[in-house]
Amino acid sequence: MIDILMPRLSDTMEEGVISSWHKSPGDRVNAGQILAEIETDKAIMEFEAYQDGTLAEILVPAGSAAPIGSPIARLDDGIGGPAARPGDRPADESSRAAETGRLVATPLVRRLAREHGIDLTTVTGTGPGGRIVRADIEDALRASPSTDTSPPAPSPAEPDSDPASTRMPFDAVRHALASRLTQSATTTPTFTATASADVEALLSLRARLNEALDAAGSGKVTVNDLVVRAVALALRVHPGINASYSPAGRGETVLHSRVHVGIAVSSPSGLMVPVIRDADRTPVSTIAARARDLAGRAADRSLTPADMADGTFTVSNLGMFGVEQFTAIINPPQGAILAVGAATDVLGSPDAPARPRMRYTLTADHRIIDGALAGQFLATLTGLLENPLSVIA
Amino acid sequence: MTLISYRQALHDTLRSEMHRDDRVFLIGEEIGLFEGSYKITAGLLAEFGPRRVRDTPIAEEGFTGAAIGAAMLGLRPVVEIMTINFSLLALDQIVNHAAKIYGMFGGQARVPMVIRTPGGGGQQLGATHSQNIELYYAFVPGMKVVAPSTPADAKALMLAAVRDDDPVLVLENLALYNTKGEVPDEDLPADIGTAAVTREGADITVVAYSRMAAVALRAAEELAATDGIDVEVVDLRSLRPLDRETVIASVRKTNCAVVLEDDWLTYGIGAEVAASISDGAFDWLDAPVRRVAMAEVPLPYSKPLETAALPSTDDAITAIRQTLDAVARRR
Repeated sequence: MIDILMPRLSDTMEEGVISSWHKSPGDRVNAGQILAEIETDKAIMEFEAYQDGTLAEILVPAGSAAPIGSPIARLDDGIGGPAARPGDRPADESSRAAETGRLVATPLVRRLAREHGIDLTTVTGTGPGGRIVRADIEDALRASPSTDTSPPAPSPAEPDSDPASTRMPFDAVRHALASRLTQSATTTPTFTATASADVEALLSLRARLNEALDAAGSGKVTVNDLVVRAVALALRVHPGINASYSPAGRGETVLHSRVHVGIAVSSPSGLMVPVIRDADRTPVSTIAARARDLAGRAADRSLTPADMADGTFTVSNLGMFGVEQFTAIINPPQGAILAVGAATDVLGSPDAPARPRMRYTLTADHRIIDGALAGQFLATLTGLLENPLSVIA
Repeated sequence: MTLISYRQALHDTLRSEMHRDDRVFLIGEEIGLFEGSYKITAGLLAEFGPRRVRDTPIAEEGFTGAAIGAAMLGLRPVVEIMTINFSLLALDQIVNHAAKIYGMFGGQARVPMVIRTPGGGGQQLGATHSQNIELYYAFVPGMKVVAPSTPADAKALMLAAVRDDDPVLVLENLALYNTKGEVPDEDLPADIGTAAVTREGADITVVAYSRMAAVALRAAEELAATDGIDVEVVDLRSLRPLDRETVIASVRKTNCAVVLEDDWLTYGIGAEVAASISDGAFDWLDAPVRRVAMAEVPLPYSKPLETAALPSTDDAITAIRQTLDAVARRR
């Protein structure tokens, strides 16, 4: 008896939905015949039988989903007797994994797991019978270039057993957000660096700009619009920050040729990050108009994937809530994110008046960005913010 | 280089070795007047005379034994056994005498003898005349067994066999006699016991010898064209000594292997190769080693049944695809 497993039909597939079964229990199946059609995140694909036999049982009916590597049907190949059921002593090597729960991995995988500290119990096998093959641990190998013996993460406990609690299942947006941030926070080695700028000149420039724009009937410029523009100019000076990590080969730093700054905005579905494209080549008034438009469309859920694509860096600003300083999680595959706080009055010397200062914290992917580079970027940004004419120039 | 057939390469090599060394002589059934059942010895009786090209009665044990004696006393006989099936009649001479004399008698006499004999099915010669029983000889310490798959190797391995001081069985193949290939003009004897990587590849190792080494190359080219699969082919060339190092090095690179053999699966050459891979490349294996062999039946005479029983290029391709499916590398 052989377990037929949900195959991996695309690189990003995590589960598949059985669109239809072409065979029914009791049907003769020959290797190469179409068993089923499976819908992935990308397309509907035909799934061929790898072995001859008789389809014994369908475990996942049409319309239902199953994760990669989980049994979707059972094929009687004449070995182990037609009555073999889970728990029976397996007669066929290829059905061991599913039937006994024993961890089945190839010798190559076991050696690599030993050398790289990969916990194979967390890996889904896609080989015959759920065997873990090298292809199944490629990601883990990339994430663990050297021997790492850190213990596996504890499995999340059931958060609350209070029956009065309200449970709100994630919608698709929240689900995508949760998995992206989990991936970012658990697989990226980061560090943070905080700097601050005296923004009295910036605030007064903004006031004068808005008077002029108001008189012309145009929309106003926010502090964040000026920060986005300043960040874009600083990124142009330090291309190493406007970069992404790539696992290709032994790993590489991808320096982006264009500067597309994402701005974190809240929406009814949660955090969204629409993108101001070519922010380094866009006047502040245009940035302001685009940001206003994007925030409005985030609020009424009409942002498109294109609005949120291709960002090379993100600015997150909680200054409007009075937050003085915070750190943000990198929006993958970007290399860094800037968390901007409120401009707060800071006392100078006893004979000098208080002046507004704004603090901002860079969170960077340490695989591609070192502390010195982060410091240089922040110094450039501070210089721009303290000389705001260079921001609007 | 000259483009000639496997048959011609064998003929030319025997002739040039007879010119080079007058201790070399040929002995066997129908090799003189009839010029050999497969015409390997065509023209040699006329050129060298009956003292150097000896026709014998149909008595394999007798003429093999006579050749062993001649070898012990200083000649360098090349025995033709019409097909490997008939070598069974000389099994005692080969296994108990040729292979043992040097060791059993303290090195007093060597047995520098060549046994040339073709194996292989597919010619509708029936079950008793279509076998691949080279394993019987490769099993025996004291013997050397080589198996050329190309005209160039037919020359290089025959040169090495004639010049070797131990008994060497040269496994020819009926289906290869008419195949053509470039053969070097100069005499470059092969190193007996060295396999060859006849096609470099990254995805999977295919190990084979004799006819199946040619099948392996055909399967590799077809899979490269249709599936983009990059097959590495290792031609064993020598079954004893067996070059385990070359096979293991290849599998350590590709992480999976298929063995092709024309003999039966159970206890066959492929089992020895698979066990060697398990010994030397266990921690590099990402899939079980698969074997492709002949059906476990006496080979049928009927052409459709004979074809179905013998391993084919398609069988090799299927096994390669299945192995790569098992390591999720063909999607």
